[in-house]
Amino acid sequence: MASGQREKFENPVIEWVDSRLPVFTMMQKEYGVFPTPKNFNYFWNFGAIAMFMLVTMILSGIILAMHYTAHNMHAFDSVERIMRDVNYGWLIRYIHSNGASFFFIAVYIHIFRGIYYGSYKRPRELLWIFGVLIFLLMMATAFMGYVLPWGQMSFWGAQVITNFFSAIPWVGEDIVLWLRGGFAIDNPTLNRFFSLHYLLPFVIVGVVFLHIWALHVTGSNNPEGIEPKTEKDTLPFHPYYTMKDTFGILVFVAIYAIFVFFFPNALGHPDNYIPADPMVTPAHIVPEWYFLPFYAILRAFTFGVNIYILAGLGLTVVALLPLFTKKTAKEISLPVMSFLMALAGVLLLLGYFSQLELESGAKALSLPLSTAFVDAKLCGVLAMFGAIAVLFVLPFLDTHPVRSARYRPWFKLGVLLLVVDVVILTVCGAKPAEGFWVPLSQVSMLYYMGFFMMGIPFLSKFEPIKDLPKSIHQSVLGGERA
Amino acid sequence: MIYTNTLSLRHPRGTAEQCSSSGIHTVCDTVTLRNSSVFNTDSCLRRNDTRLFLKYILPFLLLFLWVSPAMASGDEIDLPQEHWSFDGAFGTYDKAALQRGLKVYQNVCAACHSLKRVHYRNLSDLGYNEEQIKTIAREYTVPDLPNDEGEVLDRSARPSDPFVSPYPNDQAAKYANNGAFPPDLSLITKARAGGADYIYALMTGYHDAPEGTELLAGQYWNQYISGHVIAMPSPLSEGLVSYEDGSPETIDQYSKDVAHFLTWAAEPEMEHRKRMGIKVVLYLIVFAGVMYAVKKKIWANVRKP
Amino acid sequence: MSSSSDKSKDIQDTTKRDFLYLTAASMGAVAAGSVVWPLVDQMNPAADTLALSTTEVDLSPIKEGQSITVVWRGAPVFIRKRTHAEIEESRGVDVSTLRDKESDEDRTQKAEWLVMTGICTHLGCIPLGQKSGDQKGDYGGWFCPCHGSHYDTAGRIRKGPAPKNLIVPPYEFLDDTTLRIG
Repeated sequence: MASGQREKFENPVIEWVDSRLPVFTMMQKEYGVFPTPKNFNYFWNFGAIAMFMLVTMILSGIILAMHYTAHNMHAFDSVERIMRDVNYGWLIRYIHSNGASFFFIAVYIHIFRGIYYGSYKRPRELLWIFGVLIFLLMMATAFMGYVLPWGQMSFWGAQVITNFFSAIPWVGEDIVLWLRGGFAIDNPTLNRFFSLHYLLPFVIVGVVFLHIWALHVTGSNNPEGIEPKTEKDTLPFHPYYTMKDTFGILVFVAIYAIFVFFFPNALGHPDNYIPADPMVTPAHIVPEWYFLPFYAILRAFTFGVNIYILAGLGLTVVALLPLFTKKTAKEISLPVMSFLMALAGVLLLLGYFSQLELESGAKALSLPLSTAFVDAKLCGVLAMFGAIAVLFVLPFLDTHPVRSARYRPWFKLGVLLLVVDVVILTVCGAKPAEGFWVPLSQVSMLYYMGFFMMGIPFLSKFEPIKDLPKSIHQSVLGGERA
Repeated sequence: MIYTNTLSLRHPRGTAEQCSSSGIHTVCDTVTLRNSSVFNTDSCLRRNDTRLFLKYILPFLLLFLWVSPAMASGDEIDLPQEHWSFDGAFGTYDKAALQRGLKVYQNVCAACHSLKRVHYRNLSDLGYNEEQIKTIAREYTVPDLPNDEGEVLDRSARPSDPFVSPYPNDQAAKYANNGAFPPDLSLITKARAGGADYIYALMTGYHDAPEGTELLAGQYWNQYISGHVIAMPSPLSEGLVSYEDGSPETIDQYSKDVAHFLTWAAEPEMEHRKRMGIKVVLYLIVFAGVMYAVKKKIWANVRKP
Repeated sequence: MSSSSDKSKDIQDTTKRDFLYLTAASMGAVAAGSVVWPLVDQMNPAADTLALSTTEVDLSPIKEGQSITVVWRGAPVFIRKRTHAEIEESRGVDVSTLRDKESDEDRTQKAEWLVMTGICTHLGCIPLGQKSGDQKGDYGGWFCPCHGSHYDTAGRIRKGPAPKNLIVPPYEFLDDTTLRIG
């Protein structure tokens, strides 16, 4: 075991503990002298910030649970009692409700950083997959937490989201019944959501532990995307990054505090201050902002899959198949690929417009067999889950040898457009699904899916490889190149 | 454009390192250096990712923030923006306005609308003392606990009781109002986009229906409710509530006062919150400044090659 | 370059650095301390609980020889308008013979009104004696059915295992017919 080569501590108490359980040695190794690339920029603060937010959420959540009543007749009242009567109850609740948003802000920036600098790439694939798993668990936790105040948005959000599962053929209705524990969202649903909302954060803590473990096996990526080679390339984690992270956390918390104290409800929805009423649906059901891009993808499917769309998709797969083989860029015929893709595009458009035609009753195309056999609802649900699932396989879609977008101009453009695309999807998700917003969300969804499923594999083969600096140290010194 | 065969470059362990063999080139080389010995990674970043982020991504994020208020409520009617004493980071409630607003609520709104999350004891926020609060509470009766014979008798309300509701239950409230439920007002400014502005606009927004608008019996026209049709008749009229402090007894003044009062009812913690918030945010900014200095000090030796 | 000026600059630098670190550390400590207080204070009784920490009782409907039980801070409080005989009996007792030596005057503000918490000082049962049909024990006051403690007409322990008299809560008469407990 590692304790064999342990160095002695001067403090006798620490030494006594450490010789029996080398926690201090471990802390020293993993957070004290741990060699960390010296060229991190401020994007690398968001892991620590996310960790800070997780702790904040668990602490404030445990306190709220001391005062909250998980019963459909009392939940709303107990939250209002927290807001009005419990000492500092309003503070703790606003910390928790805004904390969810700021946790997601931190995690979204953390994910963006991971994509932009290629942190998901070999040998950090598993580290990335744990990260996506944390993200997925966070989404589940956040959704169930939003149900607990039992306001109008809580109730109808739960209604809509549990309804996703009814899109599953044959067993969907039974699954929905099982999820809700009743024929409608009711007290049993609230109780199980409370239980899981309390449990899942601790599961997240477990996966975070694995995430950090994996990180400490491979070491951190860095903005240059090249591995540290010598000691000159790294710094001990403490004090360099402990202090930098503390500074970053403080700036982040200052912004967070501005929301908690001065705009505590700016990120929420007014309707959630109306007690849940199963007989009245709010005019617009909108999820929390951090779900909006996925919600927009869900609603982008106003059409189902008919024979033309299926054929188009099939042809796309055939066209792109060479990208997933061991063929080199020279061995792949671009004209053939382009031709097949164009054909697939025509088929997809035919399928799309024939579906719209059925919807509107127009007769311009009048194609035979244009009826969908996979309905829009199922397509939407699959696309939404697919939008998350694609993140899991990202390390295997991208086989380009260069990590950082700094040295991949095409990829950089693609990622930046992806950010813009996600922002557009967020706005689309907030707007009613009508008019101009529908095609906009459809195009945005197409880019999102296309970038991951087609763009990244394509660039893996065809993006030119730029020259990289020899080492981090050399890149940091910049001017004094050999 | 060079299409390099990427697979030939693959190596069992790494990805990026192999590519560096062909030549040395960084993106930092065009930066003019005042002193190359103190040049560090930050300037490289400034030149590259951060600027990119600021130039292309930030505008979109700002656009997003700009549209986000509109997200809460699809096709919202523009409300006139009033000036309130509780606006802004240093805003506080105006106790005189709260007391007048309470009077308007008690004499007008309370006929149909409950305020069940506010307790009489909370009225100390309005500047009333214990005796005054007891007197206000005593005007109302509430059902007592069942006595030894199982009868439920009425008793007068105490400061610890919530505001007494006009109807025993929601169904009774609905039935008495032609099927339209008069909502509880305890959270109304938080539950409606616009808050106090919305209440003020609604109270002053009653006009005759424009020509061609058909109103059913029990429907009224209001400029500021979505659809312009409301089941509540205009509740206020000039001189309806008498003020002791000489404030004008107008619809406008009543509306402002009751909106002020209802904002307090929804957010009684607001003054405490903002006072604390100023301290917390200032402290965090100073602390962050100190930490920045600490970080710079610690990193100072990294700058030297 | 003279080494002495280098040294003084070094010392200056060190002082400046130490001051900075000390400031940062103490600001962190103050921040942590201020965060802890709300997290602790939230477990103290909330405003709605505190609002019930005093109870006002209207005494006007209680006739001589009648008792009522009111709930105060989650516990029963016995209020009895005692008869002349009961007062006489209680005042006639030699205090020095009692287990818990309290005179009747010590236990009442107005002789006819006896106010005390209805929880047996033995193991926390609620003694009988509030209703006319109840068993009142050997001393005509209250009797705890759990382990047989007998209390007299001033609620003092006279017989049985209980160590103390029934506790008199803080109370005051707001006027002749209004009593505030707590």
